[in-house]
Amino acid sequence: MDLLEGVSVSAGSLKMSDVIAQPVLRRRASARGAILSTLFEWLCFGAASALLAALAGLLVSLLIGGWPALHKFGFSFLTVSTWNPVTDVYGAAGPIVGTLVTAGLALALALPIAGGVAFFLTELCPGPLRRPIGTAVELLAGIPSIVYGMWGLFVFAPLFAKYVQLPLMTAAKPGSLLDTLTTGIPNGSGILPASIILAIMILPFMAATLRDLLLTVPASVRESAYGLGATTMEVVLSVSLPYIRRGAIGAVMLGLGRALGETMAVTFIIGNSHGFPTSLFDSGSTIASTIANEFTEATSDMHLSALIALGLVLFVITFVVLGLARLLIGQQERRT
Amino acid sequence: MTVSTTLLLRRRAANASFVVFCGLVTAIALAALAAILWTLLSKGLGGVNLDVFIKATPAPNSHGGLANAILGSIGMCVAAMVMAVVIGMLAGTWLAEYGQRSRYGAVVRFMNDVLLSAPSILVGLFVYELLVHPFHSFSAIAGAVALALLAAPVITRTTEDVLSLQPTALREAGVSLGAPLALIIREILWRSARNGLLTGALLAFARISGETAPLLFTALNNQFFSFNPLKPTANLPVVIFNYALSPYDDWRNLAWAGALLIAATVLVVTIVARIVAQEQRRS
Repeated sequence: MDLLEGVSVSAGSLKMSDVIAQPVLRRRASARGAILSTLFEWLCFGAASALLAALAGLLVSLLIGGWPALHKFGFSFLTVSTWNPVTDVYGAAGPIVGTLVTAGLALALALPIAGGVAFFLTELCPGPLRRPIGTAVELLAGIPSIVYGMWGLFVFAPLFAKYVQLPLMTAAKPGSLLDTLTTGIPNGSGILPASIILAIMILPFMAATLRDLLLTVPASVRESAYGLGATTMEVVLSVSLPYIRRGAIGAVMLGLGRALGETMAVTFIIGNSHGFPTSLFDSGSTIASTIANEFTEATSDMHLSALIALGLVLFVITFVVLGLARLLIGQQERRT
Repeated sequence: MTVSTTLLLRRRAANASFVVFCGLVTAIALAALAAILWTLLSKGLGGVNLDVFIKATPAPNSHGGLANAILGSIGMCVAAMVMAVVIGMLAGTWLAEYGQRSRYGAVVRFMNDVLLSAPSILVGLFVYELLVHPFHSFSAIAGAVALALLAAPVITRTTEDVLSLQPTALREAGVSLGAPLALIIREILWRSARNGLLTGALLAFARISGETAPLLFTALNNQFFSFNPLKPTANLPVVIFNYALSPYDDWRNLAWAGALLIAATVLVVTIVARIVAQEQRRS
């Protein structure tokens, strides 16, 4: 009632005959109303276009800023791992590999756990616990990543060095595969610890998304599987999971996108060296951590340009991953 | 008979191990996350006192607080939210009501999604090139614009989603009263979607209040109070980052206190957003 009164008052200048069809309405409505209406539509259109312009501007600014470095080093920018601000020679292979390896490892660690949590919450969890645990997971997905980074540096790293790195390094026989993988300084920072922190960070997000997807599986589909005598595992893995397959892949890609672009959780603990990481405990760097560490202290224009070119590489990587994710999620939504 | 019994046993064993695995990883995940929250509380609570809210960031090994950083963060977040709400609501409205089926709408929607999940540090680089480099100074305005660019896509997305959920009958009712589309949107749809729009804005605020990376090279930092939006300005995330990596105990304690403040803010805002969203569902 309230709503209707508001409308009838402010639309008082219109006649009933204006209402037959919308295009007619727009043409015949009082001049002031028509102008305001068109103005509003153009405002909305302008705002939508502004978002598009922002993304285009982002890409163009990275291209312009990174051009000197890309022009000077060409393709070797991607393949050389020398990063030397003193001689102004920059190759980004170290950070690029570091980004891909940490994000990949984080995903490999987080995915089974996130899946387990999601299955637990939808199929196994006793009723009264379902909401509190689900809510806790959702809330944790919003904790700022700098908190994860600080926890990684001050709590996780010392424990990791003492209880994982040292025992593994002493247990490894010289020359064995384990020895190659665990070479490094046992100070708790490096590629693997950074990946673990990243995994903990993307875990709540992925678990919450997977749970939401699993909740879209119709009860009748699951019940008919149970009715055929399937065990919980068979229902989850052979019925629910295939049902949400595309959406699940999309969710995983979004998690990967977050891990690829994450700055703070990684910068604290990866060790920040620009070489090519050769073992799991070796210190390394990611694109985002390199930019965060060096940007405000860049020594020369070429250094700055190389950092922006790094940003461009990160943009391309995440754009491809996110594009694939959107494509897959979009298809899932259209089907259901 | 024996074949089917062994098969059944095998399936049961597989199922039992699956159930145990799911329960175990849930326990591990919750334990890890509880450990993080516990660290945050135990290290942060000790550092939170009145001085944190009224004194500026100190020099090494001297006493101080985070007041200038808190003030800077609030100022930049509020300015960013004003920009983001205006742009996000209008853009979301256009996507839901005007361009929902157009090709341009599909492009904008996809690009908005890309912007939504683009690494925040790249947004920082963009704003550096746009507002810091040309004017030769880090500034609070640049920080606010960077945060707005992160919040606007969230608000656009939620606005579009919420408006598309409004029943067609509402629009038809408006048309039958002779209201032009713009009036229907502002007077009927926005009002009826009020709670959903508020939820979107709150979630966007929760997202930007903890963002560190884009502020590193837009707002930078400032040891003192700054009321000039054209100058570098202290803000909580960057202060936390710098202090956590410092060798001074005083600074590290302040960093934990700041991290606790941010995390608590984000949690409270997220919980309020959920309550608002639930009210919407109930009514």
